[in-house]
Amino acid sequence: MAAKNAKQLGPVETLQAIEEKFEMFQILNEEGEIVNKDADPNLTDEELVELMRRMVYTRILDQRSISLNRQGRLGFYAPTAGQEASQLASHFALEKEDFILPGYRDVPQIIWHGLPLAQAFLFSRGHFAGNQIPENVKVFPPQIIIGAQFIQAAGVALGMQKRGKKTVAVTYTGDGGSSQGDFYEGINFAGAFRSPAIFIVQNNQYAISTPRELQTAAKTIAQKGIAAGLPSILVDGMDPLAVYVATRDARERAVNGEGPTLIETLCYRYGPHTMAGDDPTRYRTSETDSEWEKKDPLVRFRTYLEAKGLWNEEKENEVIEQAKEEIKEAIKIADATPKQKVTDLMEIMYDPNTEMPYNLKEQYELYKEKESK
Amino acid sequence: MAQLTMIQAITDALRTELKNDENVLVFGEDVGNNGGVFRATEGLQKEFGEDRVFDTPLAESGIGGLAVGLSLEGFRPVPEIQFFGFVYEVMDSISGQLARMRFRSGGVYNAPVTIRSPFGGGVHTPEMHADSLEGLVASQPGLKVVIPSSPYDAKGLLISAIRDNDPVIFLEHMKLYRSFREEVPEEEYTIPLGKAAVKREGTDLTIIAYGAMVQESMKAAEELEKENYSVEVIDLRTVQPLDIPTIIASVEKTGRAVVVQEAQKQAGVAANVVAEINERAILSLEAPVLRVFAPDTVFPFSQAETVWLPNSKDIVATAKKVLTF
Repeated sequence: MAAKNAKQLGPVETLQAIEEKFEMFQILNEEGEIVNKDADPNLTDEELVELMRRMVYTRILDQRSISLNRQGRLGFYAPTAGQEASQLASHFALEKEDFILPGYRDVPQIIWHGLPLAQAFLFSRGHFAGNQIPENVKVFPPQIIIGAQFIQAAGVALGMQKRGKKTVAVTYTGDGGSSQGDFYEGINFAGAFRSPAIFIVQNNQYAISTPRELQTAAKTIAQKGIAAGLPSILVDGMDPLAVYVATRDARERAVNGEGPTLIETLCYRYGPHTMAGDDPTRYRTSETDSEWEKKDPLVRFRTYLEAKGLWNEEKENEVIEQAKEEIKEAIKIADATPKQKVTDLMEIMYDPNTEMPYNLKEQYELYKEKESK
Repeated sequence: MAQLTMIQAITDALRTELKNDENVLVFGEDVGNNGGVFRATEGLQKEFGEDRVFDTPLAESGIGGLAVGLSLEGFRPVPEIQFFGFVYEVMDSISGQLARMRFRSGGVYNAPVTIRSPFGGGVHTPEMHADSLEGLVASQPGLKVVIPSSPYDAKGLLISAIRDNDPVIFLEHMKLYRSFREEVPEEEYTIPLGKAAVKREGTDLTIIAYGAMVQESMKAAEELEKENYSVEVIDLRTVQPLDIPTIIASVEKTGRAVVVQEAQKQAGVAANVVAEINERAILSLEAPVLRVFAPDTVFPFSQAETVWLPNSKDIVATAKKVLTF
């Protein structure tokens, strides 16, 4: 239906106009060439090498985690390969005092934010020591309920604002998570309060088996931010430089009091949803897999760095060896951690400085006796 | 007759009702092409089409709200909540809306909705997947809560649940999905809601259980039989409403009872069962009615799960206290 005023766009045209604006932001293309020179963050050589190192390390961590899981030496695990640029380049734009609220696939970011590797393994093994975040590490344990972290991030950001901190709250979910009420509430609250939050949707194309196009009629997830009044951007999630710049800019706006940003990173999860029986061949083809593998973040970043003379096979092997060694050590620490007891769980139910409720106290004595046998 | 697992029996029941009633709709996260994360809806989208069996966007509250709306359009929705630990996201639709649709419309509207959902410990899931939250919904007037313990019961109860004109929460214990097979008739049959099953007859003690605790109770009864105790085991099958006549008749016969739940002491439905026995059969009791339950913590991280969950040994120990009172 045409609008009354010929100059005014009708509802359909308004939607089209908005959707056309959301082009994918890219700096480094699949061939490892800079295609958007103006946006190049001009990272130092050391920074470029460090970002590459983290991506290679994390790819190895993913491979080892999958194989440890298959050997029954790890528990719950959500594979991360394909999402390294999305996860690690966004994290690379953060400061140590920024607070991360991860989803359960976002373990790499919190490791690079300071969570010891052994704790990541303990989390996977279903030991609460994995979630006992060290005091100087600003992260929340990985969220299991899809999207719940989005509204919580608005809370952390509001808190930072009230404390006058120059920091941001950063949270991650997936394309599926952007359908949850918590997602909309989170971006809307943070927008309404102009809080320093960064909301990152890693659109890896599938929520378990459900393809992105069944998730929403919106052409992009990024455009959902418009409704909440947030600056919003669609980013090539396989391009470390683009993800870095989008996050860096969002952070800058946030600490300058300009409120939150929504970032959609287009990426892919090469592996299954989790290691608990998901079979991707039921919902996607090997053709789709290989199309995305061509966009691989490590491949293009490696090409880019090699051309600059900053990376070679020897450097890569060093990182791989270091990763393997550190993973081995971390597994040893995890193995040596005393098995979790039911009485341990009882002790973390309520404030230890208050008296245990009678029911729990009675059960505590019972289990203490059981566990001493 | 075919030997089916519980998950196959559930698929069979869904297929039966999709065939019987064109108003039946099956939907949820990953239930379409993927056939559900446990394959409960395997093949159903292919057989009945995307109109009848479909994936939703990822939002539990959305799935619940959709069920309310589809009921108003005359459908008979059978949504799946992927894991019952996610139920908090959809509690308003369940308790705030579905449970009171008939009531708040003065009987004009009703919600013939069956919400299926896996739950239950012992399979080492991450947090918020395995919790026994039946007490949460059993406490809500307007809802019926069904928990099958075997493939045969699962089919008959699910068909009844779908045909029921009021909302039913149908909880499927994950550990039972593939733990054993039994004969399940190919033809349709129903098992009435609100009716318990006497799984084993006895004269000295009544063990009342539901879900995965039925098997543990049967094991306990066999153990106790070796010591010459004759134990009756009742499977509640529906935990709301309770089958009071079956429970009371048994307790009046045996004079002793133990109520078993996988849920924490402060959760579940055992407290309700004990209260009903005390109110109705106190003069028949030879001993206090005791409960077997999990400790009052949040459902444990998977590493402590096995120790945390009640088992047949715990049941035997508690049973002996009651038997020797």
